[in-house]
Formats: sequence, C-alpha cells, structure tokens
Amino acid sequence: MRVLAAMSGGVDSAVAAARAVDAGHDVVGVHMALSRTPAQERTGSRGCCSIEDASDARRAADVLGIPYYVWDMSERFEQTVVADFLSEYAAGRTPNPCVRCNEHVKFAALLDKALALGFDAVCTGHYARVVDRADGTRELHRALDAAKDQSYVLAVMGPERLARAVFPLGDVTSKSEVRAEAVARGLSVAAKPDSYDICFVADGDTQGFLQRALGEQPGDVVDESGAVVGRHDGAYAYTVGQRRGLALGRPAADGRPRYVLAVEPVQRRVVVGPAESLDVAHVVGASAVWFADVPAPGTTLTAQVRAHGADVPARVLAADADGVTVDVTGAGLRGVAAGQSLVLYDGTRVLGQATVAATRAPADVATDVVAAPGRTA
Amino acid sequence: MSPSPSRAVYLDHAATTPMRPAALGALTAALARTGNPSSLHTAGRTARRTVEESRERVAAALGARPSEVVWTAGGTEADNLAVKGLFWARHAQDARRRRVVVSAAEHHAVLDPAFWLAEHSGAELVLLPVDAEGVVEVDALRSELDEHGDAVALVSVMWANNEVGALQPLDEVVSLARRHGVPVHADAVQAVGQVPVDLAASGVDALTISGHKVGGPGSTGALLLRRGLDVTPVLHGGGQERGVRSGTLDAPLLAAFAAAVDEAVAERAEHAARVTALRDDLVRRVLADVPGATLRGPADGARRLPANAHLTFAGCEGDSLLYLLDAAGVEASTGSACQAGVPRPSHVLLAMGVGEDDARGALRFSLGATSTQDDVDAAVAALPAAVERARAAGLTSTLVGA
Repeated sequence: MRVLAAMSGGVDSAVAAARAVDAGHDVVGVHMALSRTPAQERTGSRGCCSIEDASDARRAADVLGIPYYVWDMSERFEQTVVADFLSEYAAGRTPNPCVRCNEHVKFAALLDKALALGFDAVCTGHYARVVDRADGTRELHRALDAAKDQSYVLAVMGPERLARAVFPLGDVTSKSEVRAEAVARGLSVAAKPDSYDICFVADGDTQGFLQRALGEQPGDVVDESGAVVGRHDGAYAYTVGQRRGLALGRPAADGRPRYVLAVEPVQRRVVVGPAESLDVAHVVGASAVWFADVPAPGTTLTAQVRAHGADVPARVLAADADGVTVDVTGAGLRGVAAGQSLVLYDGTRVLGQATVAATRAPADVATDVVAAPGRTA
Repeated sequence: MSPSPSRAVYLDHAATTPMRPAALGALTAALARTGNPSSLHTAGRTARRTVEESRERVAAALGARPSEVVWTAGGTEADNLAVKGLFWARHAQDARRRRVVVSAAEHHAVLDPAFWLAEHSGAELVLLPVDAEGVVEVDALRSELDEHGDAVALVSVMWANNEVGALQPLDEVVSLARRHGVPVHADAVQAVGQVPVDLAASGVDALTISGHKVGGPGSTGALLLRRGLDVTPVLHGGGQERGVRSGTLDAPLLAAFAAAVDEAVAERAEHAARVTALRDDLVRRVLADVPGATLRGPADGARRLPANAHLTFAGCEGDSLLYLLDAAGVEASTGSACQAGVPRPSHVLLAMGVGEDDARGALRFSLGATSTQDDVDAAVAALPAAVERARAAGLTSTLVGA
C-alpha cells in the first residue's frame, strides 16, 4: 500500500511510521503544520506546532529513509478545532479538541488529500487496534495497553475512514516498548517527553487562553437554591464536575465540598452543589457514529465519557442512526458535561460514538424515563 | 534505513547544481594541505597563494580587480554584507541617508536584511514594485531618486530573479542611481554562468555571487565590491579581507569555487544556448499538454534566465505537485522559500500581481550542465497526471467537511 504517515515529531508517530515501512508499505511522512505562527522553541508545555517538532519529524523521516513533507493544515485546524474549542466553551460545554482534530483534520482533510494524491491509507501513532474479520468487516478495538488506549478519541472517525487507517502501535504493551524500539531504530525522538496538553495552548494555560479569546464575563456562582455564593470572571472557565478553583466566599451549610453542577454562560451563571447532585443516570448522545449495527434497546455494553475515564456498565435505552441514550445508573458516573464524547464498547471493540447533548439525574428518571427532560449539563 | 535512490531527473539546478569535476579536482587536491592563509610560515604562504590565485581567477572571470573580491561563506552572507554594510557606512557618512531601496521580488537574503535594518537600525524601507513579468519598475526608482535621492543609502536590484527568471534592467538602474551618487547592489547568484556578468562593464557597485549555484562547493561566495566603496563589516574578528570580512579563509574551498566560476563563465555561451533550447521545448510542451498551465516571468525567453522555466497550475498546490513529481522520479521546486517547512505563496508571484490561489500552484524547473533532452521528456511525460491528481487533491482539501 501507499501509506501516508502522519508525523507529529513525537516518538509514537515516528515508530508507527517505521513499522509501516517494515510492513513493506510505500511510506511518505507528512507533518501537519497546524499554526501559522509556529513557536520558535518549545515552551514549558509542549505543542505539536513548534518548529522543533517539525524538524524532529523530518529527522525521523530521514532516518527511516522516507520522503517528508509539511502540509499546511493551519486554516482547517483554526476553523474547526480551535474555533469549536472556543465556541463550545463559550456555550458552557466541554469540548475535546483531540476528538475534533481527528474528526475534521487528521481523518478528514489530511486523509482526503492523501487519498486524492493516490495514497491508500493514513498511518498514525495512535494506540488502538484495527481488527479485520474474515467477513471483510473492520473493527476498531482498544489498544493492548489499556493505559495508553486512544480508541476513545478515534471513535469519531466512523467505519468508512477506519477502512483507510493504519495504527501500527495498537499491539504494543507499554510506552517503554515504543521508546526502546525508537532507540534501537536510531530515532532521536526516543526520549522526547509525551505531550499531555492541548497543542494550540502553547503555555498550557487553558484558562488564560480562554480568557484572552473570550474576554472577561463576570457573573455569579450560585447554589442549587439560587443563592449567590461567589463570583466568577467567566462561566466558560468552569467545567461540570470541577471542584478546585471555585474560590467561594461562603462555605456550604453542611461544610461539604461543592462542585460545579452546571455552566450557564448566557445567564453568566455557574451552579455549584454537593457531589451527589452530579450523579448521572442517563446520558443522551447526539451526532452518533456507528461501527456496528445500531444496538437494540436493552443491550448491555460499556460506556466511556472521558479520554482517561473509566469504562462503565451501560444499558441502551434508545438508539438510532443519529443518537443514543444509555442508562448508567449505579455506575458511579458523576459530572458528565455536554460536549464530551460518549463512546460505547463491547468488550474491547468500539461500537459507536456520540457527543453528549444532555444528562439526566437519578431523581429525574425515577418516575418516567421516557418523558424526563434532558438536563443541560 | 537506506538512503533514497538517486534520481535520474534532476530539474532543480537553481537550488543547487552538481559540482563540476574541475571544482572537485581543485578541492580534493588542496584538502590534504595544511596552512592558514594568514600565517607567515611556508604552510601559510602556500595556502595564501591558493587563496590569492583563486581571487584573481574569480576577478578575471567577472570583470573585477582582485582587490574587489571579498570572500564570504555564501550568497546570503554577501547579500547581508552589501545591504547592511552599505547602509551603515552611507548612513554614518550622512545621517540623512536612511532609505534602503530594494525590489519587491528580491531574494530573502536581500529582503530580510532590509526589513531588519528598518526594524532595528533606523532605516526606511522602500520596496520597488515589479511588473507582471517580475521586472522591476524603473519609473518607480526614478521617482524615488528624484524625490529622495539625497536620502537613499543604497539600491539593491537582483541581476536575475531566482524564481521566475526575469532579467532585471540593471543598466537603467545603474544610470539612474549614478546621477544621484547612490551605490547599487545586485544579487547575481543565479546569473553567473547563464548571462554575461561583468562588474566593471555593468557599473554595479556591489555584486553577490555564490559557489554552489555554478558547480562549486557550498558555503562559498563573494561580494565583488567596487574599489573605494566603503562598507561597514558585519563580521568582526581577525581582520581578514582587509577588515571587511573577518574569518579564516579556506583555501581548498576557494580553489574549487574559483575553478567553478572560471569554467561556468568560460562555457557560458554554449551552455546558455543548449539549456535555452531545452527550456523552450519544456515550456512549449507543458503549455500544450497541461490544461491550466501558465508561464510566469518574461514570455520572451531572451529576457529570462536561459535555464529557468516557471509555471503555475491553476487549482493545484505546489507541494502536492512536488510530491507527485518526486514519486514519479522528477525533482523540481516550488521556487519559493518556506516558513518552518510550510509552503507559502511566493512573495515574488504576489508582487507580480498573481492571485494567492494561483501562486500556490507554482513549479520551477531549472536546468543545468547535466540536464538532457531525456530529463525534459520525463518531466513533460510526468506532469499531466501529476497536475490532474494535484488538482483533485487541491479541491478536496478546500471542500471537505466545509
């Protein structure tokens, strides 16, 4: 196959490209330039946008003996990932920019351009497994190394794009295995630290980034009764489930910690309350993508709502091509914010993905499941 | 782990061109000899002799006196020395002289020092417009000098444009500047070996040349500096090159550089005729075979560098074309510098009034001493499919998910 290896400049994508070369593919490395004004040097937190990353990627491609190109995806990235990030926060939701990047850039603009140029597939350093069944169907599974598994952020790509994806790192058992392999291959990025932060927030200060982009929008922090318990500089800076950084002047009557229950940017209001008020019974997902047949109501499976969150038991209440509602009662899920991704699994296999539109609290669903209004988280 | 295979079709000689056997011979012959040309002992004298003979050779080939040759570590350094050195010296002589007048289509090695001077050294930058073929507007220079002649520190207009190949009207530039006593610098990096270049005959005051563009080694260059013209040094140190450019000289590199310049100039007429024929054939066939292809730069082949063909392909991205041609074994260039590896629409094309979208689909084919009809045939054969595919990809990347 002619394979385009997306190379961020990190160790994972470099080793993934190397494995694609070993597998006998005709590989070309491409680094996506995601910023028009790349940082000259890496700052405290790392980004995938720095010149240093681009040259690390090029050096790795040279070591592998493959052609290397930089493709300017900055406009697409700005229009989709960064703009979405800001508008979602401004709307009181909690976006996952890595999911959006996979959805709009990596497995969209990049993949489409690759296919148009005659490539058969795009290879990345994501930790996930692709399983090809005898009947010709292709499944997306969790990586062997559960700690590094990235199937959660990949699920958004859907089955058509999965058909064009290559994930050579799906069967590694640990990151140290990848680093050791990089050393053995003479890749200088072997010891490069992992990136954890949002790549376009160069200094790692997401709150500061939001504040610069969205401006100060001061308002009240209220409790569940509506009583004002504090002030904030911008509701967008808060995420459902957040406990730290609330800086509330008045302690709760019962002295127990308070959490963000809801973010209401239009009213410039942040609602706080006790942990149990974050309990979630139902999760309503929209914009669904299915890798398998739409599950029938009553199907039991597992659900994950955060990139590094737990996989919890769930039962399908309703599902169709566009959306899904699952019952997670008793699973201990708390503080699920609208905008997060809901990924459904059968064992290690990804069944589908949806964007959380709303959640329902246990009290709301106790009487009438179907009629209960969604609570905007 | 294996290095990429050497490709048969190399059409990027304006980026760099294979070293001439004469240069390679001169280099290897001198490499094993020890000696700092500044040393007084025998080893030093031997090295010095090589350096000075090389200087004489380059001077003779390009219509300069040996004392007018200032060695540098390449074209970029020579351009920097000319632009900054002339500005600083002329500004020091007369504080009114703050204006740095350069054409908008200059190489970054001239443009960026000019911008830098404006930002950090009190200069006022004046960009001369170019016409649709990439030729500097002489009338704009005339008005500039008529209005601000006393305030102009220098004029820098390249001999020939590195991207679109346009030969510049240096005769007119020089005669205008001379009336106002303003020195003229010309970057002749692409011109040497392709068109006649003669410092004395041209009337140019400072002339940049580069070794690796004419079949010499990389990191060699020179600024030919008219006698009596003051430049303030950029590099300070041991006082080599009469204090204008400090730094230990490398005798083997300079011997190879001189051999390359000498041979390139000696073979120029014959070489130019040969690559002109190849270039004209390439352009004619590409324009005939590839829909949406447009020749950029002067339409009249006699007014462009003989080895240069520059085309844009509507609806394509240059980097897609580069990849597809490379995969087909044809090596070319978009012709313009990139920022952090990101291709940007060429400032030269934009200055010529080419739209940003068209400018993205630029390809420069540049021929050299080793180019053959087979190379041209291969490029002509590979282009239609590459352009068709790149066009599909270009559209895809702007429409998907929109």
